[in-house]
Parts: sequence; C-alpha cells; structure tokens
Amino acid sequence: LASGMFSSLKEKIGEVLLPGDEFVFESEDTIFLTDNVKPERPVCGPGLRQSGNRLVVSKSGVLRHKPPHTFWMDSQQWRYVPAKAETVIGIVTSKSGDIFKVDVGGSEQASLSYLAFEGATKRNRPNVQVGDLVFAQFTVANKDMEPELVCIDGSGRANGMGVFGGGGLLLKVSLGLVRRLLAPQSDIRSDLEQLFPCELVVGMNGRIWVRASTIQQTLIISNLLQSCDTLTAPQRREQFRKLQKGGL
Amino acid sequence: MKETPLSNCERDFLLRAIEEKKRLDGRQTYDYRKLKITFGTDYGCCFVDLGQTRVMAQVSCELVAPKENRPTEGILFFNIELSPMASPSFEQGRQSELSVKLNRQLERCLRNSKCIDTESLCVVSGEKVWQVRVDVHTLNNDGNLMDAASVAAITALCHFRRPDVAIQGEEVTVFSPEERDPIPLSVYHMPISVSFAFFQQGTFLLVDPCEREERVMDGLLMIAMNKHREICSIQSSGGIMLLKDQVMRCSKIASVKVSEITELISQALLNDKAARKAGGKCGFAESMPQDRITALKMDQTDVEMTNVSQTGSGVILQGDEAPPPTVPSPVVPVPGVGQVGQGLQSWGLEEEEEDDDDEEEESSGDDQVEEVTQIKLSEKDKKEAAVVEISDSEEEEVVILYPETTEKSKNSGSRSDQKGAAASKKRQKK
Repeated sequence: LASGMFSSLKEKIGEVLLPGDEFVFESEDTIFLTDNVKPERPVCGPGLRQSGNRLVVSKSGVLRHKPPHTFWMDSQQWRYVPAKAETVIGIVTSKSGDIFKVDVGGSEQASLSYLAFEGATKRNRPNVQVGDLVFAQFTVANKDMEPELVCIDGSGRANGMGVFGGGGLLLKVSLGLVRRLLAPQSDIRSDLEQLFPCELVVGMNGRIWVRASTIQQTLIISNLLQSCDTLTAPQRREQFRKLQKGGL
Repeated sequence: MKETPLSNCERDFLLRAIEEKKRLDGRQTYDYRKLKITFGTDYGCCFVDLGQTRVMAQVSCELVAPKENRPTEGILFFNIELSPMASPSFEQGRQSELSVKLNRQLERCLRNSKCIDTESLCVVSGEKVWQVRVDVHTLNNDGNLMDAASVAAITALCHFRRPDVAIQGEEVTVFSPEERDPIPLSVYHMPISVSFAFFQQGTFLLVDPCEREERVMDGLLMIAMNKHREICSIQSSGGIMLLKDQVMRCSKIASVKVSEITELISQALLNDKAARKAGGKCGFAESMPQDRITALKMDQTDVEMTNVSQTGSGVILQGDEAPPPTVPSPVVPVPGVGQVGQGLQSWGLEEEEEDDDDEEEESSGDDQVEEVTQIKLSEKDKKEAAVVEISDSEEEEVVILYPETTEKSKNSGSRSDQKGAAASKKRQKK
C-alpha cells in the first residue's frame, strides 16, 4: 500500500528537497479480497512528478502538504506559466477586431474577448485602451494553445475583475511571494495591514499593483514588497517596525 | 522576444512621482545607484554593477599592421555586445539602434578623447603595432548602460597589462608574462560618462535613470568628462530643446559625479593591486556577492550545548588571543571591490543614510579569511563569553581569599589585567 509512502512524504513536510529526491511506493504484496478499496495515491502539485511507483522531486524548494493527499513544492520562481482558473494582472498590448491581446508575462500573449466583460454586448463595448491593466482569469491555459482570459465569472458578474489601475504602481515580484501574499493566513499581509491603508491587486503571474493615499506611501509599500523576497520573517518585522517608528 | 510593455499606470505614476521629486528606488534626483567595481582573474577584465545593471569589459591585444595614414599609432577598438541575457528584447548578432548608439558614444568617449597613449603601442613603425580591443558585454539591463559601460571600459583599460616586446634587428619577440612582467597601458585621463534624463520637456532632470525611467523620459543627455573637468564628449538624444543653463548645470553635476567615480575606480584598482601582490585570492569568483534567498529559510538547528564549559575553557587555554574583530556591516568587503552611492535602504524615508563607503573600500587581504571563518568565530565567541563569565565569578571569590593564586594565569593579556585591577579595588574596599 501507499501508506508507507505517505508517511515518508509526511515526514518531509516543511523540509527542503532537491530535484532528484525520490519517494518509492511499496509494491503491493498482499491482495485484499474483502475490500476492493482503490489504493490511495498522492496528488502531485508543481515540482513533483509521478512515474510508475516512484515520486520524483523536480524543483528545489520546501515540500508542502494539504490534506488529504495533495503535495507540492514551494519554490522561488519568476517565470510564469499560465494555469487554468488563475487570476492574473495583464497589460493590454493591442486591439485587433473583437479581441484584445494581453501580456501576462507568460511565453505567449493571451487573448481577451471584448464580450468577456460584465455588461458588455456587441453594441456596448468596454472602454479598454492599449496599455491598460486588466485583472482577469484564465479559461483556456494549455501548453499547445493560445491562453484565453475572461473578466467575468461563471454567472456573468465582474467579481472584482476588469480594467483597473488609475494612480497606482505595478511591480513584479517572484511567484512564491505572490502565493505567500494570497495565502488565507498571510503574515506579510497582516504586517502590511498595520502600516497604513492601501489597495493591493495581486496576480498569480507575479505582478502586484499597489495604491496608497500618497505617492510616497505607494513607493514605500512597493519597495517593502519587493524586499520581502529576501527577508526572513523577523527581518521583515524589524523593517516594518522601523518604518512605523519613522512616523510617516 | 518582445519586452514587457510599459502600462499606462506605470507611466503616469512615474511621471507624477518625478514631479514630486520621488524616485522608484528611493534615490534623490542627483543620486547614482550603488556602483560596484570588481575584477576578473585576468588582467583587463572588469565587472561593473550599477544597481541592477551589470556589464563586463574585457581588454585584449594583438600585434597587427598599423593604419596607413597613422604608421606610428596603435589601434583602439571598442565593441559593445547587447546580449539577450541582459534583456529579452536584445537580439543576438544584430546591430540594433541602441547598440550602434552606445558603440559610437563609447568610441567618442574613450578614443576621440585620446585618453590612451596610442603612440606607445607602436612596436615597429609602419609594420607592427598593438591593437587593443575592448569588448563590453551587457549582462543585465536596468537602465543607464552607457555609464556602466564607460566605467567598465576605462577601468578595464587601466587594469590591463600588455606583454612586453623586444626588437632585435628585424625580429620582434613577445615575452610571456612568466619571462617578463607585462606592461600597463599609459592612460592620460579617465573619461567617464554621466547620463541625465529629462522629463516634461526638460522641466525635470534625473541622474542615472533606471530602466523604467528611461522608458518614460523625453530626452537624454550624456556628458563624458574627466576629473580635470574637461568635457570629452557630450550628446543629447530624444530631440528635446535644452537651455544653456540646463547644460551648464548638468556639466556641474557631472564634474562632481565624475570625481567621485574616478576616486572609486582608483581605489578599486589599488585594492586589486594590493590583493594581487599579497597573493590572496582575487578575481570574479571571490567577488561574487552571496545573495541568498531567505524567504523559505528554515529555522536554525539548535546547537549542542552539553560540555560547552569544558570545551570552552579548552579553547581559552589553547588560544590565548582574542578573536579578531568581525566586520560590523553585513557586506564583507573583498579585495578589489569598491562601492559608492546610496544603497537601496533609504527608500525615500526622511532619514538619509550615508553609506559607509570608506569602510568597505578599505578592505585588506585578511578580511577574506574572516569571511570564511566568521561563523566559526561567532560560535567560539559565544562559548568563550559564557565561560569567561562563569570563571569570572569563581575567580573573584578566589581572588578575595587567596590574592596570589595561580588561577590568574588561566586568563592572559588584558583580561587578567582587568581582573587584577578589579581584585585590587576589592581589596581596598575591604
């Protein structure tokens, strides 16, 4: 059974693994005649690869686990690969016919139909200019096809998506930092909340848009976020404290 | 590959920030980014970091026939390579507009200013002269490639040594570095380019624009100057009209910046020379910053604490000298490295942090050893401190009871002196 493997995997949760580290299923010696339960297999996220009865690490990072059987590697990466249902920040690069071409930082530009906005009809086109920022979601993200974005959810509502970005600053951070920001209990976010009010839009493609009440504050937040990549938690708290003491 | 487009919001934000005299990385209007010069193992190899911008210059030479109209002059050749490594929008092997512009500017800055004595490069008049070739490779582009390239090129030229030659009749012998020491080029002065970006039709001016600032600027003015305040070349691009006052102001700023950078270059060259003379490790690999991504850092493992007092007192008995002082700054300087300019720590906060350049520049050979052993030392420190305290308290009792015991000899140097003093005080009290 795979239970042996699960225990060995669970032992390593939170530890650093390197590409080539391997976990092996124990081959089934006994066949259960009474209960025909399917053997449980781990669900592999990014950085883990399953082949036969082996599970190989393909990215260096920290092993993470989500019950019951999901495992993935938390790593530092800057390169974005589109994935379905992920929300990203894109920059509109061209308007051609009824689609917009959007740069999302992937290998290829994504397409965004002008009908994929809330309340858009053939008559009522959304007001999108080249160079605008859009917060959108992937409906098609396939390695062989052009990725497709929409700015509405399943029920046709904008749900926070659409064109945005007046008066803020866009910055690029690592994908790992974005995931840490978007985690349900994000310590960076809670630290940020104590500083001063600001608006954040976080795309899974490593782009973050920030707006605070003044340009100075926006710059501070953006520099803080960019430095979070190379700071440990105590160092970061120290920085934030210093900033609060600075009496801005 | 196309470069990432600049969004409207970034453009608006940058322009508004510039109007408020704020910059993305917290610099002031006239501030340069952190400039760092390092050398490779070979002579004439130089890396320059200007913030995130990074270029490498390599100087090489060969014997060639001179140009017909200049039979007694050596040849200087400059080449800037914009590799896709620097930015995905640079294409390999194609002369882009930018590379032509940079090449031309570098030539004007270094060849036309006659900063290198080309006549000394002549071996046999009309037959053989040295051709000195400077290859500048861009490794990362975060704006202001020209300044970084000019600093790298002139530093590499100053650092370069050509092989010695001897002429016997018709025969020219080139000596290898083992046979005869190679000869440095004779450099008259060091022209350094300083770039100024203009915004809003010249209303706002920034020194050392970064990549995003370069993309929203209206015009660019590049002034190449040496430390004697002689302008070697001046070029304005982007098609904006500049007033005489503005150009004068820029040249004043440039003269300040150039003297700073020249100072830094000569310091870096000196450091490198000292490091090479000392025979210590030098070169690129030694100068690499050890950037560590600490975001996913794991907690430190607890140190084994049993037998600490025994081993600690053992350490004290063995080594009687206090450990050499460790460098307080987290950046451990390396020979042949100089740094100047504001770090990125200030972030536009009101408190201005002055960089301790001098401290970092005055690096010596044994700093390096320190770097390696720093962790060890600090551990030792800890142990020692703990142990000394314990023995302290013990000793005080001992001292009071038997002032002349041999226990004292355990501690040597200043430590025992202090204790002696303390003990005598105590005795006085009693």
